[in-house]
Amino acid sequence: MERDRDRFVKPTALVIGGGLHGASAATQLARSGFRVTVVEKNYAGRHASGVNAGGVRRLGRHPAEIPLAVAALERWQRLEALIGDDGGFHPCGQIKVAENDENMARLVSRAAEVRELGFDHEITLSRDELRRRVPAVAPHCVGALACDGDGAANPYRTLTAWRRQSQREGAIWREGVRVTRVDRAPGGGWRLSTDHPDLPGLDADWLINCAGGWAGELCGALDECVAMQAQALMLTITERVTPFLGPVIGSASRALSFKQMDNGSVMIGGGIAGCIDTGGERADVRLAGLAENVQTALGLFPFMRDVRVVRTWAGIEGVTGDGIPVLGLSWRHPRLIHSFGYSAHGFQLSAITGEIVRDLALEREPALPIAPFDIRRFDSSSAAARASHTH
Amino acid sequence: MKTIPLAIIGAGPAGMAAARTAARHGLRPVVFDEQPAPGGQIYRALESTPLRDPELLGQDYWHGRSLIEALRREPVDYRPGHMVWQLTRAGEIGVLAGDTAALIRAERVVLATGAQERPFPVPGWTLPGVMGAGAAQVLLKTSGVVARAPMILAGSGPLLYLVAVQYLRAGASVAAILETTPQENRRLALAHIGGAIRGWRYLRKGAGLLRELKRAGVRHERHVVALRAEGEEALTGVGWRTAERPDDWQHCEATTLLLHHGVVPNVQMTRALGGEHDWSEQQLCWRPRRDAFGRSDIENFFIAGDGGGIGGARAAQLQGELAALAALESLGHIDGPTLAREAAPVRRKLDAELVVRPFLDALYRPGDSWRRPDDEVVVCRCEEISAGEIRRVARLGCAGPNQMKSFTRCGMGPCQGRLCGLTVSEILAAENGQSLEQTGYYRLRPPFKPITLGQLASAAGDAPGAPAWNETETAS
Repeated sequence: MERDRDRFVKPTALVIGGGLHGASAATQLARSGFRVTVVEKNYAGRHASGVNAGGVRRLGRHPAEIPLAVAALERWQRLEALIGDDGGFHPCGQIKVAENDENMARLVSRAAEVRELGFDHEITLSRDELRRRVPAVAPHCVGALACDGDGAANPYRTLTAWRRQSQREGAIWREGVRVTRVDRAPGGGWRLSTDHPDLPGLDADWLINCAGGWAGELCGALDECVAMQAQALMLTITERVTPFLGPVIGSASRALSFKQMDNGSVMIGGGIAGCIDTGGERADVRLAGLAENVQTALGLFPFMRDVRVVRTWAGIEGVTGDGIPVLGLSWRHPRLIHSFGYSAHGFQLSAITGEIVRDLALEREPALPIAPFDIRRFDSSSAAARASHTH
Repeated sequence: MKTIPLAIIGAGPAGMAAARTAARHGLRPVVFDEQPAPGGQIYRALESTPLRDPELLGQDYWHGRSLIEALRREPVDYRPGHMVWQLTRAGEIGVLAGDTAALIRAERVVLATGAQERPFPVPGWTLPGVMGAGAAQVLLKTSGVVARAPMILAGSGPLLYLVAVQYLRAGASVAAILETTPQENRRLALAHIGGAIRGWRYLRKGAGLLRELKRAGVRHERHVVALRAEGEEALTGVGWRTAERPDDWQHCEATTLLLHHGVVPNVQMTRALGGEHDWSEQQLCWRPRRDAFGRSDIENFFIAGDGGGIGGARAAQLQGELAALAALESLGHIDGPTLAREAAPVRRKLDAELVVRPFLDALYRPGDSWRRPDDEVVVCRCEEISAGEIRRVARLGCAGPNQMKSFTRCGMGPCQGRLCGLTVSEILAAENGQSLEQTGYYRLRPPFKPITLGQLASAAGDAPGAPAWNETETAS
């Protein structure tokens, strides 16, 4: 009886995409009284959410993302209390290395820019201080920008923790179910068709687009304008080596993310794109790109030359034209919320994006500024409307 | 990136036969061979083995000589010591030679990567002194090295007898053969006796090997139902129980234990390419999909030999010829009628060669408890994941091997899942009450075998100073 009454009283939400942002949104929506169903075409964390580099980073964020990243870190610090597992988060710090004076000058002005915005988490390191923190770094490096308190976590473990938490809050997960059609239902809600024989149709009041690399496709079906591309971002992992590195290392001038994991193996990435096959479900590494990525890493850590690679892979991620996500309400459809296009740096933000989606679905102002992530920035016809709305 | 018309990966019987066929039709193929000399595993080190006595390794071994001679004589660009570490559906091949990685594109690729030993996880199988019988045979062929006595061989299948006999002939002392073939296999195999009689050559060879072992007085234990390798730092002995004395652990001292449960296709490359694989209940292994000519379901890729299903060396050679013909036809190098005409006799011989397989597969089929070991047995050697841990994670809702990797790192070490993949899939399928097809297998990722960061960086394709594919190099 209780459940039956719920059915009429509780608003319903359908989250498309069982990745980190979908799981985060599902958790917060379910906790706030929505009946939530997550629809995932494969299995939770199949693509970028399950196989990314696991960087928990405020360092070097786009200015628009800084407030979200700062709030997200606060969630990461008490993740175990929030979702029952810390996701393997280690606040080992992140460091962006300058290889010459010109690099260093850019890092110094970046630190000043962040301070001007009212944040103090990015600090510059002298050559000696860099050497003290990262003794293994190549001697030509002149200094660095660092962010203490940042670090790294285990992506699949984090995703699993969010998924479980959402389930404890009452969300239902439907894995192996692909949405084939999206229609408006009479009465202002949504009706989804799927390829699953047991679930021909799904109805809900709210639709949440967390479809990652496939979000652009969904936007197309919804007649939303967005500049977004699915990309397969590559990573390389080595055999285990004696611990030599604490913080996660990036480069001021080259695409690189370099870190040693707990078990001693070293992960090398940097958002270098591989290939996606025509079906769109398979990501392949691109040899030349991997080789260049590894060359960059060896430039900073030449002693790694004889360490063996045990594995390379690519995870499919949605990358927007301007490199920052789409997070906010649709202006074309009522009761549609977008949360996608995190462009290879959404792992850290996933700790906060669910709360923003929840606020939007509760039709209240989110506590953090999200105007820069408005989807209308990609729609030239509504540029005027946006200008009038935002200020 | 240089483009070549035809690449052949592997130089065992299938690869060598494919190369010979292509060369005889006027197309010069490039053969990438990880090994330093042609022959694959079966004809390994045939040109250089110190064991020149033809009786010692047997006539099936020396049969490889004509193929190797053809490879050396015909216009084939044979590249020994070239390890293929990556392959894409577009025909991009990542090759490592020495310390230099290079990229080449091939319009057609014949995969002739052969078989590997089936994983045989028992308590203590990670101890030094325990190795695969196939690996031990490689040592014998390459260097004539005879493992220190006393040695014990355990498992099932014709190779087990063959290796025992070869070691005996080379002067080793074989303390015991522990045969794990389940009792009922003999009865089940009888259903296929017709094929066996037509494949009499194999039966005669097997009977001969058994007689030789008996004459040498080797202890032969049958119906072994449990096995353990014993020792702290290294193997010191082997314990076992038999169906007849199921409660008694018997024991024998040994410093070498050779394990063997037959061979299975090496599917690292076909898996990495994303081809379809079917579970063979007859051979208890994955087989990449291929047609009667060896055409795979991946455009421009052909599969020859045991890499597509276990048929043995003679069958592999015939499949190599067929795959080369099919590749030549798809390149427009020969026409359809020529393909049909030349393939017909080869296919007849192949059918005759394969007729004994159902009998052998049934006779030497490893029992369930060997393939799905007890909880305490380590399954993934690289990450030290036990069968019990795999079952525990399955109960948490892990349906497939790829999620298992994310949960436990199982299968993510340097061996790329070669030594645990089949076991993990079989345990998960049994635990979840699913078929093997539903359960699936690891998604394979390059490199197929470890290469160093320095070697990988040397392939930085368009970067200045990158090694060019050396067109004039011919090693033979």
